[in-house]
Amino acid sequence: MKKPNTFIVVAAVAAAVIAATWLLLAAPGYTGNEINMTRGVTSQSTINYSLHMTVLWICIVIGIIVFSAMFVSIVLHRKSRGYNPAQFTHSTKAEIIWTVIPVLILVVMAVPATRALVNMEVAPETEMTVKITGFQWRWKYEYVEDGISFISSLDPESNAARRLASGTPPEEVDNYLLEVDKPLVLPANTKIKFLITADDVIHSWWVPALGWKRDAVPGYINEAWTEIMEPGIYRGQCAELCGRDHGFMPIVLHVLPRAEYDAWVLEQQNPESVSRLAASPARPSATAYENE
Amino acid sequence: MSMETTLSHDTPAHDDHHHDKPRGLARWLYTTNHKDIGTLYLVFSLLMFFIGGSMAMIIRAELFMPGLQLVEPEFFNQMTTMHALIMVFGAVMPAWVGFANWMLPMMIGAPDMALPRMNNWSFWILPFAFTMLLSTLFMDSGGPAAGWTLYPPLSLQGGQSFAFVVFAVHMMGISSIMGSINVIATILNLRAPGMTLLRMPLFVWTWLITAFLLIMVMPVLAGAVTMLLTDHFFGTSFFNAAGGGDPVMFQHIFWFFGHPEVYIMILPAFGVVSEIIPTFARKPLFGYSAMVYATASIAFLSFIVWAHHMFTVGMPLTGALFFMYATMLIAVPTGVKVFNWVSTMWKGSMTFETPMLFAIAFVVLFTIGGLSGLMLAIASVDLQYHDTYFVVAHFHYVLVPGSVFALMAGAYYWLPKWTGHMYSETWGKIHFWVSAISVNILFFPQHYLGLAGMPRRIPDYSTQFADFNMISSIGGFIFGASQLIFVGVIVHCVYKSRQKATAQVWEGAKGLEWTLPSPAPYHTFDTPPVIDETTIAHAHSRH
Ligand SMILES: [Cu+2]
Repeated sequence: MKKPNTFIVVAAVAAAVIAATWLLLAAPGYTGNEINMTRGVTSQSTINYSLHMTVLWICIVIGIIVFSAMFVSIVLHRKSRGYNPAQFTHSTKAEIIWTVIPVLILVVMAVPATRALVNMEVAPETEMTVKITGFQWRWKYEYVEDGISFISSLDPESNAARRLASGTPPEEVDNYLLEVDKPLVLPANTKIKFLITADDVIHSWWVPALGWKRDAVPGYINEAWTEIMEPGIYRGQCAELCGRDHGFMPIVLHVLPRAEYDAWVLEQQNPESVSRLAASPARPSATAYENE
Repeated sequence: MSMETTLSHDTPAHDDHHHDKPRGLARWLYTTNHKDIGTLYLVFSLLMFFIGGSMAMIIRAELFMPGLQLVEPEFFNQMTTMHALIMVFGAVMPAWVGFANWMLPMMIGAPDMALPRMNNWSFWILPFAFTMLLSTLFMDSGGPAAGWTLYPPLSLQGGQSFAFVVFAVHMMGISSIMGSINVIATILNLRAPGMTLLRMPLFVWTWLITAFLLIMVMPVLAGAVTMLLTDHFFGTSFFNAAGGGDPVMFQHIFWFFGHPEVYIMILPAFGVVSEIIPTFARKPLFGYSAMVYATASIAFLSFIVWAHHMFTVGMPLTGALFFMYATMLIAVPTGVKVFNWVSTMWKGSMTFETPMLFAIAFVVLFTIGGLSGLMLAIASVDLQYHDTYFVVAHFHYVLVPGSVFALMAGAYYWLPKWTGHMYSETWGKIHFWVSAISVNILFFPQHYLGLAGMPRRIPDYSTQFADFNMISSIGGFIFGASQLIFVGVIVHCVYKSRQKATAQVWEGAKGLEWTLPSPAPYHTFDTPPVIDETTIAHAHSRH
């Protein structure tokens, strides 16, 4: 009787450790690294977050049912307890049930999944357009209507610290690898169309808070849209392997209230008028421009 | 030599069949014996498992903490690319061919594989293919660094060494195709009288279906890499947008191969687990026919889901919806399999020797990988998951505690039959527990990393990802080290173990292979066995 007991003890300890870790990490007080998808700041990201949570919970429930049946069987139906094996080989009824029920669950999942995809892909009437071009290893942004255009690359401080044996610990760099020299400035509560392409190899433009990523493919112009609900700073990265410095082409968005954004546009178009604007109340707030 | 003469030369009736085997190196070079070739495949794949594994250790060591400490980004990319190519084509696939060689003839009552000389050839191509592939690491332009998916235009930026990669892939493809032809010819032609298709062990069924998948998709991969080759060296523009080509077309072609490829690595695992669970539950496999049909449906569906790897590329809404629905459908036959395994255990009389432990862990952890696969199928959310560590966690769950655990389960299960000795049960169990716990420490936190926004294939990351990367790396080092126990158990079993194995080996084992003595003689079933309904597992599977 010794061996089976050892098995149960080890299995129970392993299960307890895993469960405890999960609970600990899921606890509201846990302040360490993030473990779940962001809710984000767009309708797409919120829909994706709740769809993700719905499917995750369905999966967890399925998992619990299947694994409990298995665990009960492992505990009860063992030779060491003198259990005699049954000899049944199939049950048409059971097999029909566990084919039909999963199909129903899938249908239940497919309905919101279809709705979310339609919302993601079918762009509404947009108010402005930004063209994004991926290069090895930086991003170019062009404001189609306003004629503004610039290149955004990894912040020099991160760029120095990330070298092999640079001597600078990443903890000492603000937003290590997630800071750029010139962020993409966008207005909040505005429907924005993105035209995404690449100039050399395939990249992928991804800011998790927007709720999607889209590949930047040479020869293609992909469309995507967004409407960011809250001003703030949002960070992301290139998500498609694009060569040596793939890990070092971040994306930073500075999302401003509409009026501040309009002022920023004017400033970009007439750099000489900066002094005049500085006196005006439309000057971007200091909080949104921590790196200026 | 033509195929016809090979066939007639090696029919069981032919009388030079019983030559003594040559000794030393010549035996292994010239062998046409399915057991020798099976051993060659298995030893080769174990070697590749350790080479690919050391690359994984380099990756996990660099990712242990933020900042670059050990390798340059370019070398890191070579490591991720080579790790995948070697594990997929060098470790998992040849290991399954090794099992097929050893077990298929013994399970269906055949004297050998149907095409023994081709069998020898299909193995001996592999060492050359992988020498060529690995040699690129020592060339000026370095190894391939564009990921195992070899997406152009990035893969076309590789230097001269790229030609070696392409030809190595061609050779692996030729080897796989020959291996599959052999499997199909053996199963369809050499079954003992009475071993009807619906009495074949599940492992035979899953391999038959796998072999058809291989024959259908390996030429597609060969075509894709050949077009890369001519784009790179001969100025064609298949995938070059500037020349009128289409980089996205490559992804469609690649994944038309790539998705069935995933099932090529997992279907034989389903087969092995379906052999092991009934043995240690002392109860027949539940729903045998359903298992066969489920395997066939999964294989069919694997051909119409490829673009779920490409939701972010940009495709028409209807296309995305089609690939999402088709992918979700795979959950149904996969669910049938899992439910059938649990029902096989239900009301059995179970014992928990090492093969059973690995098989149970397979069912649990593969199911976790399957459920995260279901999440990834949801196209709009995939625009968040795609190319993050969530995906890395998902496919490692189906491949490591999935395929690799099934391989280990199979190795422990049949090792006594192969060697005639019992392995050390204590060390087998230690190997199991250390592997099963560390593999979860290694891969589970990667779900969190991906959801929190860490892209895959990056050598360095921002500090918010530090905790779970460190945990994952620690799990990785333990998992890597624990595989040395596996080698120790095998070496001990082959050379040192004094405990003789019986023919039956496992109390509840059924099937023709267990009617043979242990170790199985060099030549078995020279005359087809008379099938006794009580010795095979699926004699009464349908009434
Ligand atoms: Cu990039």
